[in-house]
Amino acid sequence: MSSIGTGYDLSVTTFSPDGRVFQIEYAAKAVDNSGTVIGIKCKDGIVLGVEKLISSKMMLPGSNRRIHAVHHHSGMAVAGLAADGRQIVARAKAEATNYESTYGEPIPVKELAERVASYVHLCTLYWWLRPFGCGVILGGYDRDGPQLYMIEPSGVSYRYFGAAIGKGRQAAKTEIEKLSLSGMTCRQGVVEVAKIIYGIHDEAKDKAFELEMSWVCDESNRQHQKVPDELLEEAKAAARAALEEMDAD
Amino acid sequence: MNMVSSSTPATNMNSLMSSEDNIQRTQYPYVTGTSVVGIKYKDGILLAGDMGASYGSTLRNKTVDRIQPIGKHSLIGASGDISDFQEILRKLNEVILYDNMWDDGNSLGPKEVHNYLTRLIYNRRNKFDPLWNSIVLGGVKNGQKYLGMVSMIGVHFEDNHVATGFGNHLARPILRDEWHENLTFEEGVKLLEKCMRVLLYRDRSAVNKIRVCFLFISNVLNDLLSAFFLHILYSSISLDLRFYGVNAAS
Repeated sequence: MSSIGTGYDLSVTTFSPDGRVFQIEYAAKAVDNSGTVIGIKCKDGIVLGVEKLISSKMMLPGSNRRIHAVHHHSGMAVAGLAADGRQIVARAKAEATNYESTYGEPIPVKELAERVASYVHLCTLYWWLRPFGCGVILGGYDRDGPQLYMIEPSGVSYRYFGAAIGKGRQAAKTEIEKLSLSGMTCRQGVVEVAKIIYGIHDEAKDKAFELEMSWVCDESNRQHQKVPDELLEEAKAAARAALEEMDAD
Repeated sequence: MNMVSSSTPATNMNSLMSSEDNIQRTQYPYVTGTSVVGIKYKDGILLAGDMGASYGSTLRNKTVDRIQPIGKHSLIGASGDISDFQEILRKLNEVILYDNMWDDGNSLGPKEVHNYLTRLIYNRRNKFDPLWNSIVLGGVKNGQKYLGMVSMIGVHFEDNHVATGFGNHLARPILRDEWHENLTFEEGVKLLEKCMRVLLYRDRSAVNKIRVCFLFISNVLNDLLSAFFLHILYSSISLDLRFYGVNAAS
């Protein structure tokens, strides 16, 4: 980066002369190096999928989860520094329960996304804090139907039909754009997300990975849950088959 | 605490009971519900209670659900202050939520819920700010039946049949005579109906709208439901059975 050594990248409270805040860009870099995280909005709910890179073969399958429940009706998938992500999840849980105890109804996903985004943004405003090294995809289901948000280290949050962050985000986004999301059920969505994650993973170059998936949809009773094991296995098998078919061509 | 030195023994006592000056805590209940009775039967547990809520001696509300499901495996029934009960439900449901969010395939059963309740209530009574309830907690998990009680001062135990308030005096003698381990569902409901009838006749704050809730181990739902419709037909007090399903595997 051209700015290195110029002294404008030491704090989130210092702008560079051309109007950038380098610390935030570095934080975004941390996210870009992580395993790919995908979220899509289908007609009946949200599907989240994570390419969880395995740092050691000795690790128990299923450990270091990157998808977390936030409330009954919403969940978060984290890309970037997992520990920073847990901090955000903890805040999101607190906001959700606090909202429910105040207003007597589950927090709307929009409100939750805004509150979490404010918290993430807060860490870009003081010299004694560093921004979060992670981006999160937030999926939920409320009275306005299923919704998907992505929150970046800068604290911006937008609503999406399909979102991807992490190493393979460009390829993933291209693949998501090819899907007809509005006509797709989550059950189909799970298979598609699995296919995309298997597809963008480079067997030769990348570390081994574990596919972690969750959904909030009519089939899960509008509750955020891990995708049932048998469906996940089915999706993995379909993804592997699709890969082999591609190799054969 | 500077007022303590100049105060009479009576006010002195008062300032001892509240840890800070000028804090008055709820020292008595306002809107209350009366007895809840619970039994184990062959395939699960049954809880019965009426749906009345009294403001002193005024019957203020006739449609209060004093028996509620907690998580996947438990039923909770409370007599005493209704608002305190609602507070307890809020807390329990939060505990259940936080447990659910682990998404690890575990879930809190009746034993855990009962223990949590016990701690909660005992802690509050130690602050001289008790939750004014007697609570029955029943449930079924992993094929195990569970039935227990907590009183407002934190006394807790498990038993094959339990009752709160007047039920302790009027229902439990009947249960001691007639309860046995192999009660069928229908016999269980009948036995509870007998208890509730005595309570209705003798307890002035009881009302004739009774809710019987149950949880059971195995899937014998169809038989049960036909039994319950039969029962409603010949029952003179209105019975309202609630089914809170638990599948056989869990």
